[in-house]
Amino acid sequence: RKVTVEVLDHLERLALVDFRDSEGIERLQKAIQFADQLHEVNTDGVEPMDSVLEDRCLYLREDDVTEGNCTKELLKNAREKVEEYFVAPPGNIPLPKLEERETFLQGS
Amino acid sequence: AARGCGGVWRRAWQRGGGGCPAPTPRGQRAVSCNARGGAVPAGKSGLAPWVPVVGLEIHAQISSNSKLFSGSQVQFAAPPNSLVSFFDASLPGTLPVLNRRCVEAAVMTGLALNCSINKKSLFDRKHYFYADLPAGYQITQQRVPVAVNGRLSYSLCIDNKMSQMVTKTVRIKQIQLEQDSGKSLHDDTRSQTLVDLNRAGVGLMEVVMEPDMCCGEEAAAAVRELQLILQTLGSSQAVMAEGQLRVDANVSVHHPGEPYGVRTEVKNINSIRFLAKAVDYEIQRQIEELKNGGTILNETRAFDSKLGCTVPMRDKEGKQDYRFMPEPNLPPLILYDAKSLPANMNHQQVVNIDWIHERLPDLPSVKRAKLVEQYGILPEHSFILLNEDGLTEFFENVVKQTQMKPKKVIGWILKDLLSYLKQHSLTVKESPVSPFLLADLLNLLEKKEISSTAAKQVLAELWKGEGKTPLEIVKEKELELIQDQKELEQICQAVIDGQENE
Repeated sequence: RKVTVEVLDHLERLALVDFRDSEGIERLQKAIQFADQLHEVNTDGVEPMDSVLEDRCLYLREDDVTEGNCTKELLKNAREKVEEYFVAPPGNIPLPKLEERETFLQGS
Repeated sequence: AARGCGGVWRRAWQRGGGGCPAPTPRGQRAVSCNARGGAVPAGKSGLAPWVPVVGLEIHAQISSNSKLFSGSQVQFAAPPNSLVSFFDASLPGTLPVLNRRCVEAAVMTGLALNCSINKKSLFDRKHYFYADLPAGYQITQQRVPVAVNGRLSYSLCIDNKMSQMVTKTVRIKQIQLEQDSGKSLHDDTRSQTLVDLNRAGVGLMEVVMEPDMCCGEEAAAAVRELQLILQTLGSSQAVMAEGQLRVDANVSVHHPGEPYGVRTEVKNINSIRFLAKAVDYEIQRQIEELKNGGTILNETRAFDSKLGCTVPMRDKEGKQDYRFMPEPNLPPLILYDAKSLPANMNHQQVVNIDWIHERLPDLPSVKRAKLVEQYGILPEHSFILLNEDGLTEFFENVVKQTQMKPKKVIGWILKDLLSYLKQHSLTVKESPVSPFLLADLLNLLEKKEISSTAAKQVLAELWKGEGKTPLEIVKEKELELIQDQKELEQICQAVIDGQENE
């Protein structure tokens, strides 16, 4: 079972990853195959575990102000800033449609 | 005859002129709600009735000192990016640490809304890209939230008459804890967005109300009651103007007996008044669209308060796929009650549902009932008292200081004092007439030293806030009732003599 071009395109759009070439897509296929082995285990009547932390205690913090006030340090990471604001493009720039972008997926 | 929301419908179209396509021709009422909910036929036109369905998603900012998962401060209006920790900025190597106060706020709110509290709830990541969400995901509770299956009762007046009130209920689907995002300031001239992360990570309670409402008036009344509850609990200050309470409405229409129609989501609603307008407009818009053979798109629309209509929001990316996954850095949140409380646990690490329940303050509905019982005022009076910040206190202070019966005092509070305040756009706290002064005035009236007409004149003077006492004003304007028998006889005689001369 191959992963379809539609799914690959959808993933590139959602996660902004670039599968780039056949090797990248093959790696994805292999990863899915590897994870599919989980289906061989009978899990009837077993509660799913979504974290190895499930038996740990969730630590609760007191409602005190202990952080913040480091504007200068944070803005050091900004490529562009305007008066202590981070600068971003006017809105999300969605990935162009499959037909309109240069991607290996086009050819498949 | 159709009742209930009729008045609201009328108002909705009359303002529909200007830049907005008015959904119905003036003077024609296509649909209205009655006090029992649901739709009423249009009347003579014989068209199939429409049933509007309204659900709400409300985000209330938790009133706490620090954020949900970090120790940076929660404060409105601070220098940009000054209340941001490394975690809030999503710098690598940082981890979320849950704030106990936020958990307590959610439990309090859940209990006040008659919810079942989930003793075990889970955190999830909701992924999407936006400049004000530095992590690329929001930590929320999608699978198992902290509270579910509650209900909220609220009241409406029929036909805009306060004397006829009806109680309605809306089911609460769930209450979940989640992070707020930062703020984006759009600078269209320079084609850029400025991002301030001060709000990023602030704790929110998302309250989801089932689609049990049928019009703008119901939605507004439900939100108003929720606001009062949150303010009473102190779990949120719920001031809409400061973004502490944000409401998104889900609206659809269908014919009775048929399945629900496609719903639209309406955002950008900044006040309770606009909520009613936005919902009513959207209902009408959908009805018109369907009557004209069109279809409703499952889209997100923004309410334009200036034009009084809803417009599609730019949605180039199509339907969002949030790729929910469990938050790997947080174990399940376990809450305890008196029975399940472990013996040797550090109490700072424990949130005890029963302990919180015992300490819940009187909710608005209870406060109103107590006011009616204690002072003999009408239920609708108690609604107005609670609706204005500080008015109940004012009323009770006056009652304490005067011999006048509370049933009479309430008239002065609601008719005279409140209308002055409204006319001058003042809050109760800003009133130039204090409870003491008003009580003083009412005592003069009660002792029959002045007439009620004179009392109103004195109140008008007191309103100027010149520091004079009621007695001083009475003397100044010679408003005292004459008690002397002889003097009264002389005046009457003079009047009679005057008449005889004509």
